[in-house]
Amino acid sequence: MKTDRVLMAHGSGGLMSQRLIDEIFKTAWNNEIMESMLDGAIFNIKPGRLAMSTDSFVITPLFFPGGDIGKLSICGTVNDLVACGARPLYLSTAFIIEEGLPISDLRQIARSMAQTAREAGVKLVTGDTKVVEKGKADGVFINTTGIGMIPEGIDYRPARIQPEDKVIVTGQVGDHGLAILAQREGLSFNTPALSDCAPLYQLGEIIERYGDAIRCMRDPTRGGLATVLNEIAVQAGLGIQVKATDIPVSAVVQGACDMLGMDPLYMANEGKMVIFASPESAGDICADLRRLPQAEGAAIIGSVSSKPAGMVLIETELGAQRILGMLEGEHVPRIC
Amino acid sequence: MQNYSNVLLNAIKSVTQNISLMEVCGTHTMAIARSGIRELLPSNIKLLSGPGCPVCVTSQGDIDAVIEMVRLNDIILLTFGDMMRVPGTRSSLQEERSRGADIRIVYSPLDALRVARENPEREVVFLGIGFETTTPAVAATLEEAREERLSNFSVFSLHKLVPPALEIIFSDPEIQVDGLICPGHVSAVTGIQPYETLAAKYGKPCVVTGFETVDILEGIFMLVNQLQKSQARAEIQYRRVVRADGNQVALDSINRVFEAVPVRWRGLGMIPYSGLRLRPEYSDMDARLRFNIPELEEIPIKGCACGAVLTGKILPTDCALFGQACTPLKPVGPCMVSHEGSCAAYYRYIPGREGTK
Repeated sequence: MKTDRVLMAHGSGGLMSQRLIDEIFKTAWNNEIMESMLDGAIFNIKPGRLAMSTDSFVITPLFFPGGDIGKLSICGTVNDLVACGARPLYLSTAFIIEEGLPISDLRQIARSMAQTAREAGVKLVTGDTKVVEKGKADGVFINTTGIGMIPEGIDYRPARIQPEDKVIVTGQVGDHGLAILAQREGLSFNTPALSDCAPLYQLGEIIERYGDAIRCMRDPTRGGLATVLNEIAVQAGLGIQVKATDIPVSAVVQGACDMLGMDPLYMANEGKMVIFASPESAGDICADLRRLPQAEGAAIIGSVSSKPAGMVLIETELGAQRILGMLEGEHVPRIC
Repeated sequence: MQNYSNVLLNAIKSVTQNISLMEVCGTHTMAIARSGIRELLPSNIKLLSGPGCPVCVTSQGDIDAVIEMVRLNDIILLTFGDMMRVPGTRSSLQEERSRGADIRIVYSPLDALRVARENPEREVVFLGIGFETTTPAVAATLEEAREERLSNFSVFSLHKLVPPALEIIFSDPEIQVDGLICPGHVSAVTGIQPYETLAAKYGKPCVVTGFETVDILEGIFMLVNQLQKSQARAEIQYRRVVRADGNQVALDSINRVFEAVPVRWRGLGMIPYSGLRLRPEYSDMDARLRFNIPELEEIPIKGCACGAVLTGKILPTDCALFGQACTPLKPVGPCMVSHEGSCAAYYRYIPGREGTK
């Protein structure tokens, strides 16, 4: 039976499931571990500390300027592992597909997962597909889970942050959130709004070079930069001060946010990292980051202090200080 | 722009007179808090927040009446999101929804019409709230519903007019205000004439101001400048949006559907000709009449000083509940709930709130 859409039978576990896996996933992802087609992935790993992270992707639309749900599903988990200080190695993935999804869409998503994984140096080693009735999902939902090795001496967590530490962001913020919003609402700007979606494997080089001069990293996805800073301020029990004029924001994101009454600091990112670093190394780290294509917009945006504990303050364009609070409620739903 | 902002700020700082200005509009309150303007002004120039947040000035009796209507009738209530969490005397719309009431958030009154069309067997009520800015859209919606002969659609009007409230602000001897930062968008509809009347009658300057940081600084500068020269005129800073004669099409649309009646405002009491009720020709679409909802008595919330905050008599931080018993997550009064509320603005943006009592 030839069809150009995913049918319930594709999730039956029978012949059609087999064909879907062979034609779409195995073709796109071919590697020796996947090829063995066991019930699970088996691989060798060196002794040491592992990091593991999982994330589910329910974004709408599935395809957006700068990426698609497939690319995003790799980037999300890879970046979470990088934030733990780990080198990402293996990923698993699970698909929940809505009946009726064009097979060509699925193929494109699988290919873009393969391409992103290759770029990031990770292997997709095991997977699962389920199909649900039309209306029970929205196109396709993807989960990925990843493991990575943490190099000797790396231990990134908020408790290691100290007063005087610097806050670095690896590039302009808000791009992903705006790209999705613009696509969904049919807004167009002179300069197109592109998602920053990227697997930040290049940061491995910086982690290797600077080790524990980096105290903590986190990727500012949902809730944006402001939300991540607040989470960390609370977890570290310290205050964070940032300067509005030092935070990189592109002209298109700033302009669109002004128009829409939104704040780029709360807009999602999918290819940025917030790095807390010792005051001695922060300048060098930032300079080295700027040499990487994935972090060429890196900037020091603020610093840490003992007070006010658990709170983020921002110096406004006018030079006044105000609270930069947590995101309350929904800003833009279903962006990742 | 930043340079011009600094030029304005320095000019304002050079003034030595004691001056109290009121920003009437909730959107201004938020913009001022976000940009930190209040903190940068010298201590002799004070900015007070006014009654320009529609959710905040809704009387407790009206909120209780809406909740009563939802409890006693099988209706679909459509509302803007801000109203959901506003505490009534014993409940809120959010609480009623969790108990099973069909209350939905919409972003435009036209969405309400769609819901009415899709549910012909249900009574659909739109909770109309807002000033001159939002009322024209509701008026247009009612006209469209009439044209379509939608028999299951009605509006519970809490709409209010801004100028009558400003008259109260100027005439209350307890409220010390030297000039008004007038709302940009409301004035785009009303034009400048109401402020000309006020400025002439009370001898105090009024400047219609936009919402960017630089707009607000320029508006303050224009007010300070007038006060120094002992002038009292109505001026427009927000020229790119506001025309002196306002928007006649919008005003006509309001007038075709609504008529001004005395209503109660939180903190300001009964104000003549300040509320908008559906005209007799539209009375069949007036939810208050259709569901026979009586005027409810005003039961003040214990300890809540929203009324005094709304008239600039105290600052949000002067309220005993601020930041302690009353926070955005667990609000006691509406000024902490609304996105335009001055308590919410102070709580969200002003550092040092943890030290306040």
